[in-house]
Amino acid sequence: MSVLVYTENWDGKFKKLSYELVSYASAVAGMIGGSVTALSIGNVQQDELSKLGAYGATSVLNVDGAPEGLDNQVYTSIIAAAMEKTGAKVLVMAQNNTGKAIAPRLSVRLKAGLAAGVTALPESANPLVVLKKVFSGKAFAKVKILSDSAVLTLAQNSFEIAETGGSASVESFDPGVDVAGAKTTIKDVQKQEGKLLLSDAEVVISGGRGMKSSDNWGPIEELAEVLEAATACSRPVSDEGWRPHEEHTGQTGKIIAPNLYFAFGISGAIQHLAGVSSSKCIVAVNTDKDAPIFEAADYGIVGDALKVLPELITEIKAARAQ
Amino acid sequence: MHIIVCISNVPDTTTKVKFSSENTSFDDSGVQWIINPWDELALTRAMELKEDTSNAVSNVTVVTVGPAGAEPTLRKALAIGADDAIRVDSETGDAHFVAAQLASVIKNGEFDVILCGIESSDYNGSAVGGMVSEMLDIPSVSAISGLRIDNGEVLITRDIDGGREEVSVPAPFVGVVQKGIAKEPRIAAMRGIMMARKKPLQVVPVVEAEKLTTYQEYVMPEPKAPCKMIEADNVKELVNLLQNEAKVL
Ligand SMILES: Cc1cc2nc3c(=O)[nH]c(=O)nc-3n(C[C@H](O)[C@H](O)[C@H](O)COP(=O)(O)OP(=O)(O)OC[C@H]3O[C@@H](n4cnc5c(N)ncnc54)[C@H](O)[C@@H]3O)c2cc1C
Repeated sequence: MSVLVYTENWDGKFKKLSYELVSYASAVAGMIGGSVTALSIGNVQQDELSKLGAYGATSVLNVDGAPEGLDNQVYTSIIAAAMEKTGAKVLVMAQNNTGKAIAPRLSVRLKAGLAAGVTALPESANPLVVLKKVFSGKAFAKVKILSDSAVLTLAQNSFEIAETGGSASVESFDPGVDVAGAKTTIKDVQKQEGKLLLSDAEVVISGGRGMKSSDNWGPIEELAEVLEAATACSRPVSDEGWRPHEEHTGQTGKIIAPNLYFAFGISGAIQHLAGVSSSKCIVAVNTDKDAPIFEAADYGIVGDALKVLPELITEIKAARAQ
Repeated sequence: MHIIVCISNVPDTTTKVKFSSENTSFDDSGVQWIINPWDELALTRAMELKEDTSNAVSNVTVVTVGPAGAEPTLRKALAIGADDAIRVDSETGDAHFVAAQLASVIKNGEFDVILCGIESSDYNGSAVGGMVSEMLDIPSVSAISGLRIDNGEVLITRDIDGGREEVSVPAPFVGVVQKGIAKEPRIAAMRGIMMARKKPLQVVPVVEAEKLTTYQEYVMPEPKAPCKMIEADNVKELVNLLQNEAKVL
């Protein structure tokens, strides 16, 4: 029973997420018995591909010449072909835009039960039972897979990267899929260059309506720069147009799990917490000592965010200078 | 053009979640049911598209898979503006089962655009839309934050890492929508509520379909340690704690 892990790359490079996925797949393979094959689609150099070995992949299948942009049907066919080739029973992917787009199609194609947003190693290998969040983080559920095969999408930042120090053989793989038959036409691409992605950030600085106006975001951006952090906001802030909608975190926005999350002037409504409560450490600054954010936070200051922010920047700079 | 919006009937997002039967089932006593927030945005956008007559959207249908208790939610969707509704009479099963029901309804109709929300706010599966498209062997586009029709062509904005793309796919297709697709969910007006009562709501039986997963048990998260409060004039101490206690700086 081997495991196939689909590793995404960004312009030919793997990221922390890719290593997290391979580490997870390798731990799952350890439980169910078998080896890990990593699948990579797109133009990735040999030495980059073989890096996956260090996290537990024993072989890497490389598909060159994928279509530009994501075509859900083509990607589904490629990954299904790799499942067939390896005879894998478990497919591991990320619970991100790509995973959400393709995993359900693969579940149907492979007749493999899908557990989306898995947060830990399986509770049991046979039957396969995995833990996932439900009710937007208000509870967890143990999902039992009833089919022979399974598709697991891993919630971001929920598994520690583990280097095993192994090495992987790299093989180029022709899935026999008609890439030119892709039905998705990409008309236009707009990328924000040089900006740290919210979903990648280890530290996130977030502001709510308590920041009062879009003019007050200067110190949030400055703090983000000092800490190499991404910026985020609550829903009303993006609804008001103070910040772009990509920054909206919460139940109906982005769901993130950084190491450190700063909430300035955010009340901590249950829908907001649904998107940030998996953060390792939450710091809240709010003028209202009874704000619900303090129930979710690890460290809190009752005070004016506009006053605390500049002091915080000064203190962090001072601490860093030591 | 005919649009169908798949609606999930979910507990209000402020619901205090409880479980019964030794944590094996969700306790829905006293729960207020709503249209899943993303489905509501999808419906809102479908109505906006229909109202602009240049788009030539003839019909907006809503469909749900659920017991009779889900009908008030469908009526709400009709009150928001959908023309007709379909309920597949079922105690809902897993995502694969639900998707098979929807696929069967869609196959029997003439729909060009099939809209689903990115996830349901209860089981957070992010599965049904993609599954329906695969069952019907038609294209799907996910993470949609914009949808417009230009000269009969559907143009889709989808979010990608670090930006967005405008794409198109041939109809029929499944569009899985998220935040941004409509600004605010539309609220039903009195007139809409009155009219909804008379709109057709068809009940269809389930088709046979497999369940690939089951929810075995629910677990509540561990209660967390209380928040450590720091005086507003002692920001230095916060930095110290973050560095040396939490070790996150
Ligand atoms: C279906 C549904 C889905 C939703 N999804 C989301 C979601 O995904 N994300 C989300 O964020 N919200 C979501 N919401 C909205 C949510 O319920 C809250 O309304 C929202 O999170 C509140 O945002 P806020 O904390 O910025 O603003 P407010 O609730 O207005 O809170 C502002 C806070 O700032 C404090 N404050 C004021 N001045 C200062 C100051 N000078 N310094 C420090 N603190 C100050 C106040 O004490 C208050 O606690 C959703 C709601 C619904 C119904």
